[in-house]
Amino acid sequence: MSSDPFIIAGTALSSRLFVGSARYPSQQVMLDAMAASEPCMVTMSIRRISLEGYAGSLVDLLGDRYRILPNTAGCVTARDAILTAELAREALGTNWIKLELIGDRDLLYPDVEQLVHAADELVRKGFVVLPYCNEDPVACQKLADVGCAAVMPLGSLIGSGRGIANPAAIELVCNRSPVPVVLDAGIGTASDAVLAMELGCDAVMVDTAIAKAHDPVKMAAAMKAAVAAGRSARLAGRIPKKSFAEPSSPQLGLIAT
Amino acid sequence: MIRLKINGVEDEVAAATVGELLARRGIEANARFVAVAVNGTVVRRDDWGEAPLHPGDAVEIVRPLQGG
Repeated sequence: MSSDPFIIAGTALSSRLFVGSARYPSQQVMLDAMAASEPCMVTMSIRRISLEGYAGSLVDLLGDRYRILPNTAGCVTARDAILTAELAREALGTNWIKLELIGDRDLLYPDVEQLVHAADELVRKGFVVLPYCNEDPVACQKLADVGCAAVMPLGSLIGSGRGIANPAAIELVCNRSPVPVVLDAGIGTASDAVLAMELGCDAVMVDTAIAKAHDPVKMAAAMKAAVAAGRSARLAGRIPKKSFAEPSSPQLGLIAT
Repeated sequence: MIRLKINGVEDEVAAATVGELLARRGIEANARFVAVAVNGTVVRRDDWGEAPLHPGDAVEIVRPLQGG
C-alpha cells in the first residue's frame, strides 16, 4: 500500500495521472506512451459503431492493462450525456463516467447548469461521476453536493496547451473541495502538470500534450515525472513568497576591504 | 420490413428484434463492448434476442473508441 494513496470513491488508484487514448500518431505509439506514463485511468469515448477509427479493438488492447474511464465527450444535452453514460456502463461494465457536457462547440466549455443536473441524475442511477467542469469553486461545490466522486476543473481550453490560465482559481478549488480534484484540459507540457500538483490537485488528466508532442513516449515519461515531482513539492510545502531578498549565505565573517 | 432510424440514419430492415437487427449489421450476439439503446433506453445484452422493434424506433448501436 502506498504511503500517499490516491482514492476516488473508495478505490485506491495506481497513480495520479489520467491519460486519454485519442490523437496519437499510431496505436503502437499510444501503447508505448501509456507504458511510459503509467496512468491510473485511460479515457475513451462512446461512439456510434459505423464511425470506425483505427481503434478496432482498443478495449481489447487496453482493458486488461488499464482501468478504462469512458467519457461523454461531445454531448450538449443532459439527456444525451445520461444515455451515453448508460451505454458506456453496458458496453464496458463500469459505472465510472467522466461526465462532459459542452455548452459551446468552439470553446468546449462546460455547461454548468446541465452538468449539475446530469451529475445529480447519474449519481442517483448508481454512477461514480467525475465531471469535467469550470475552475469555479461554487460550481465544484455544487457538483460535490450532488454526489460527484471527484471534480475535474479545466486548466484552460481543451486541447489548447495553454496550461493553467487561472492558478489562483484552481488553488481555491483545491483548498475548498470536499472531493478529489483532477486537473483536466489545457496541460501543454510537464511544468503545467507540476504546477497543478503544487497548487493542490490530487491528479492530472493529459491527452493532447502527450499524443501531439514531437516524441509522445518521451513526453509521457516527462508527465509521469512531473506529477510525481509536483506531488512531492506539495507535500513538502513550499516557502512563502517574499517581497525582498533574503541572503542564503551567513552574514557574519564577511571580509571587508 | 420495418422502417427504423439506426444511428441517425433511416433504413428499412427485416428485423423483428434487436438481436436480428444486429445480426443483419454483422454484429454477433457475443460481440464484446457493444451497447444498444432503443428510443433512449439501453437494451441489456441478455435481452437483445427478445427485445422487439417497432416501426419508427430510433436505435443507437455504440462501442468505445479513442477519447480524451
